[in-house]
Amino acid sequence: MTALDSTPPTRIRSRPRRLSPRDRLTLTLMAGVPTVLTVGFVWIPALLSMVLSFSSWPGIGGVSSIHWVGLQNYRTIFTIYPEFTPAVQHNLLWLAVFFCLPAPLGLFLAVQLDKQIRFSRFYQNVLFMPVVLSLALIGFMTELIFSPTQGLINNLTGHAGQHGMIDWLGDPKLNIWAVLVMACWRQTGYIMIMYLAGLKSVDPAMKEAAALDGANQWQTFRHVVWPALRSINVVVLVITVVESLRAFDIVYVINHGTNGLQLLSVLVTDNIIGEASRIGFGSALATILLLISMAFIVPYLITVFRKDQRG
Amino acid sequence: MTKGRLAQPAADRAPQAARPPRAARMLLHVFLLGTSLIWLAPLLYAFYTALRPYADTAKHGYVSVGGHYGFENFSTAWTQADLPKYFWNSMIITAPALVITLALASMVAFVVARYDFRINIALLMIFTAGNLLPQQAIITPLYKLYQLIPLPDWLAASGKLDDSFIGLILIHVAFQTGFCAFVLSNYMRTIPAELGEAALVDGASAWRQYWQIVLPLCRPVLAALATLEFTWIYNDFFWATVLMQTGDNRPITAALNNLTGEFFVNNNLISAAALIVAIPTLVVFFALQKQFVSGLTLGANKG
Repeated sequence: MTALDSTPPTRIRSRPRRLSPRDRLTLTLMAGVPTVLTVGFVWIPALLSMVLSFSSWPGIGGVSSIHWVGLQNYRTIFTIYPEFTPAVQHNLLWLAVFFCLPAPLGLFLAVQLDKQIRFSRFYQNVLFMPVVLSLALIGFMTELIFSPTQGLINNLTGHAGQHGMIDWLGDPKLNIWAVLVMACWRQTGYIMIMYLAGLKSVDPAMKEAAALDGANQWQTFRHVVWPALRSINVVVLVITVVESLRAFDIVYVINHGTNGLQLLSVLVTDNIIGEASRIGFGSALATILLLISMAFIVPYLITVFRKDQRG
Repeated sequence: MTKGRLAQPAADRAPQAARPPRAARMLLHVFLLGTSLIWLAPLLYAFYTALRPYADTAKHGYVSVGGHYGFENFSTAWTQADLPKYFWNSMIITAPALVITLALASMVAFVVARYDFRINIALLMIFTAGNLLPQQAIITPLYKLYQLIPLPDWLAASGKLDDSFIGLILIHVAFQTGFCAFVLSNYMRTIPAELGEAALVDGASAWRQYWQIVLPLCRPVLAALATLEFTWIYNDFFWATVLMQTGDNRPITAALNNLTGEFFVNNNLISAAALIVAIPTLVVFFALQKQFVSGLTLGANKG
């Protein structure tokens, strides 16, 4: 490849003008087709959610049956819609629990597995396994474990009989916790893998140097490892928020997200499928969900891509 | 760091500085083994339940030993619940969605990573952000659009995008392209620009650069993403629940939800069915662990 030597030092990347018309067409199509798909099936619906949130649109009939009602849907949601407050509370609880349990536990497990011990591959696989199971499946397993008469927990602790039965899935004060236990079971492995990857990028020489300086394990972690995990922490933060907002499958499998298991995602779904289809109202709920998620996604993207541009 | 410990065990000063001393290591093993057992318990219990006939658990109690053990529940679930049909549905949706997602994502990534167009960052942001949205934030209009868009009969038995394989494939592709494009573009940027320049001098078109130079170099990332996307698309429950309401076309995760109604209290049978449904992703995980984990972390690391 002597041709390499004759190429000018400037990179082609900075000179798009040299592209032939045919290449231009190719590149436009290569970027254009996927963009049309994503814009058409993700961003236009997102925008339409906002637009439709100001309307009333019953399940039957085409576009002509849309009525514009202004802020009516939002007023209803915030004043008289009884499911909204519990749903928000459950979403917040979900978020808080995900922050307090799987995130630190995942980090802790990752730090332990990063030490050079035997069988660490085995432990890692076991802890990660739930992540490949579908959440719908974990919903079934929740019933298997927490069912009041047939479940593992009540039968092991002797609460399955008529007296002193704990109704884990039916009691609206308890069932969200049963679900969260299973959700955390899965989430911990996910977070752990993220941190394990982050820990691999920490220079071992730094840790050795700290150890030689007489730092104990905690000091090494606090002053050497933790600062290096900064970018992973941002990813874990975003994953935690997004997964909490998306939560749906487990509760839907258990009781369609009613009676103590309301979530924003379920409310949106309930308003569009089923007998009483309320597209406008569902869109208003979806818009609230959209705005909350964008509040986290936008700052995240800005940090990621700003770093990107600096190269 | 003035609190240096004088009596450091010898192991600490060994070349592998990260290796903890013996006593601490034992404690760590006990902790990790305990955690692992707790982690495995739900799956093991489901498996144990699935091995027993319903009559035995009803007689001896739900958490008990004794009676008959065997794989009858698995074969019953397989035939009674029409699992082969739903598996096939899942394949019809997952395989094309996977291939198209990777193809489209690699094309976008190629353009964004290898050329300096002004809209590149904006383009990548559209894709990445789209993938981070909760699905429920866009489902309402999508559900209506799916009912309004007609399709010819040879393409969809329902005559609409709603309840059709194509509809599900399209939304998976649109949604998942974002993640793959993000990961692939990060990777393609690490491929030296000189490779493209050499090809350019040799007269290679943009398409040939993509197809014959960049794409083959991306094979490890593509493998990682394929494993990951397979699990995500196969495990999908939400899109199928809403956009495939009446269907015999349902993928297996959504179809399983109807089984609980059918088999009602027979937890033994449901456990067997649930475990069968989990097999593909578990097999993929154990066979391709390396790809799986690297796929997940590729996206994270570059963040």
